[in-house]
Amino acid sequence: MKPPLPADDLLELYFIETRHKLLDVAAFLDRMERSGQEEDFRLQALKDALPLLQESGAARCARILEHFSDHSEVPIEKAPGKGAAGAVPTQPDNAAGESA
Amino acid sequence: MKYIEPHGHMVSRTTDDYERISLAGCVALSEPAFWAGFDRSSAQGFVDYFDQITVYEPMRAAKYHIQHYSWLCINPKEAEDMVLADEVISLIPERLSRPNVLGIGEIGLNKNSRNELTILEKHIELAAEHQQLILVHTPHLEDKLKGTRLTLDALEAHPGISPERVIIDHVEEHTIQMVLDRGFWAGMTLYPDSKCSIPRAVDMLECYGTERIWMNSACDWGHSNPLAVPRAILELKRRGHDEDYIENIVFENPKAFMSQSGKFRL
Repeated sequence: MKPPLPADDLLELYFIETRHKLLDVAAFLDRMERSGQEEDFRLQALKDALPLLQESGAARCARILEHFSDHSEVPIEKAPGKGAAGAVPTQPDNAAGESA
Repeated sequence: MKYIEPHGHMVSRTTDDYERISLAGCVALSEPAFWAGFDRSSAQGFVDYFDQITVYEPMRAAKYHIQHYSWLCINPKEAEDMVLADEVISLIPERLSRPNVLGIGEIGLNKNSRNELTILEKHIELAAEHQQLILVHTPHLEDKLKGTRLTLDALEAHPGISPERVIIDHVEEHTIQMVLDRGFWAGMTLYPDSKCSIPRAVDMLECYGTERIWMNSACDWGHSNPLAVPRAILELKRRGHDEDYIENIVFENPKAFMSQSGKFRL
């Protein structure tokens, strides 16, 4: 369905907040570049996702989530740990972090 | 506005949080069994935990006029140890008759391993044998898409499971369509970081409709907000949705799903 709020009001509601979040992405990339870290698989996956923002069709969020997803189809032999990394690790034990 | 918190881990929250959600309009809450942030060393830890969420938390909630319900299982994060998992599963049947137990949950997958899948299938069998509702946890981040597919396949492979008696929780934009298309309920977990934000949850309601969908806060030991559902109510109002539309999502839908247990009362 089309959002019930008129488009101008919707823009007013979210533009500044979204601008803020975009600047956080830019600052994060700057920060990583200054640190010398350019190789990590998560960072590369994030950079590779950026062109998806320019796509049309109102499915950007789903497309980006799919981009970060493991597309294999069979269960793995053994869980390497409990955490998820946010992108598909190049090494199986790269999964980091824990979440309930 | 009155609402139901259908997925809250209150063992991780203070009594102040019960007071806050009650003041915000929460009239009922359900608490799935989960991973407590560390591995329990024996099944005895689960005996105590199951008592906590079936006996103690209902008393704590009642002081704030909140009906408390629970779900029993061993979470997939502890399912890699299959000996422990089998011991814990054996504890569940005799506890299913407790008055606040709505079903089996939150079961599912975490890293999509073979052992996790085996334990998921055992929980599904248990639910079918005892005609219980099921609440499913889907994996986080990069593991969610694959884990959701494997979970739906496992559920559909069991002839004793009806999809309308199963909620698949933590859906996001890349999994919600398949869950709804295959007849299951979908839960959106509102989280500050790793799951779904409140504006995105409202987007999904606008895109996929409100049938067979609920929202919850999880409010566990991680970064989470027990007031996420009331904040979503505010967001829905800011988006121009009317009170009937909102009440249907935050009250009528969870009531309809959990009432299938026969124990859920308001």
